[in-house]
Amino acid sequence: MINKQVANVKEALKGLSGGMTLMLGGFGLCGIPENAISEIVDMDIKDLTCISNNAGVDDFGLGLLLQKHQIKKMISSYVGENDEFERQMLSGELEVELIPQGTLAERCRAAQAGFPAIYTPAGYGTEVAEGKETREFDGKMYVLETAFKADFSFVKAWKGDAAGNLIFKATARNFNPNMCGGATITVAEVEELVPVGSLNPNQIHIPGIFVQRIFEGNGYEKRIEKRTVRQKT
Amino acid sequence: MLDKIGIAKRIAKEVKNGYYVNLGIGIPTLVANYVREDIEVEFQSENGVLGMGPFPFEGEEDADLINAGKQTITTLEGASFFDSATSFSMIRGKHVNLTILGAMEVSDNGDIANWKIPGYMVKGMGGAMDLVASAENIIVAMMHTNKKGDSKLLKRCSLPLTGVGCVKKVVTNLAVLEVTSQGFKLLERAPGVSVETIQNATEGHLIVDGEAPEMEF
Repeated sequence: MINKQVANVKEALKGLSGGMTLMLGGFGLCGIPENAISEIVDMDIKDLTCISNNAGVDDFGLGLLLQKHQIKKMISSYVGENDEFERQMLSGELEVELIPQGTLAERCRAAQAGFPAIYTPAGYGTEVAEGKETREFDGKMYVLETAFKADFSFVKAWKGDAAGNLIFKATARNFNPNMCGGATITVAEVEELVPVGSLNPNQIHIPGIFVQRIFEGNGYEKRIEKRTVRQKT
Repeated sequence: MLDKIGIAKRIAKEVKNGYYVNLGIGIPTLVANYVREDIEVEFQSENGVLGMGPFPFEGEEDADLINAGKQTITTLEGASFFDSATSFSMIRGKHVNLTILGAMEVSDNGDIANWKIPGYMVKGMGGAMDLVASAENIIVAMMHTNKKGDSKLLKRCSLPLTGVGCVKKVVTNLAVLEVTSQGFKLLERAPGVSVETIQNATEGHLIVDGEAPEMEF
């Protein structure tokens, strides 16, 4: 067993500095690496490029980094629900690249899987495809999209072990598995770090080979963005 | 003239037994409430769930279980969870049978615009561009005109496009229309709505072949 366990979030983020490109898992506030984000806020590093489906809300998730003007550029598919984000984008303080959600996932996966680029039909004929190579396959047009290059991937899993094996819970899985191994260093924070050997190898979602550092996070808030319920009848 | 629930009820008739269906935010989400109960259908949410169920009862919400609109949900028996790349493999790979989404504009050649109003609203396309680029069966659910009364069924979209030549059917508060190579073909009228009313509210080319029947529910 190759041990990937580090003592805490500080050790997990060693080597992270301003100007770097980061992948951050999560969909809305679901499955975001809360501990890593808090630590980046404390480190006060700037000029970050963040690849993440969304940009959090004003006072949580990546919104915390936006408040402190730590992000230079966001690469996302959807950035609603965040007033500070919109303000920084419209004033030109923040550079924003909006790309289709499936393209975002596949550009992460391409980085993980060793593909330099992929062809996708998404965005053909729209401003997303402007300046990009296009090609016809079987009568349909596709856009060439390149793999991301990132310094760190920050992902959040439900359970993991010191070997770096990960299991995700429900829809908190989302982009997290696709970002594992997509950057020079992948840091996984887990709700529960279990003894090696206790996870069933048949049920591991991400094998430890894609993870360089793993630690058990603490104080997860797991904020719900839109609480919707039905009445018992 | 229909309200949003009426539009959802009419679209629910397009959902057939054995379909995997992706519902967009807004009117499309309502469609799930009106699908016939004697057929088997699974709803996909692009954040990574197939077999989506209704909202949870109060106190049973799970922060780790949401839909693409970030609302808390439940799952039904036989449901599965997966990562985002797998989710869009279902969509791009044409495994999802029906996509229902909203739009700001649709043109009579099937172009759709629904993600950006330059200088005013820029929230992003989310999964819409992937959905419209690949789905073979796309139904747009929207009001026929905007709040100012201008037609949303146009000759050419004025807003930045989400996809080109992809919309097959449009269901509005006034009509059901099929997008053909010649333009919008009127299939059905909403109860009590005249062909003339539909014609006046449609800026794009409208094909009227006889007296289109009223919608049935």
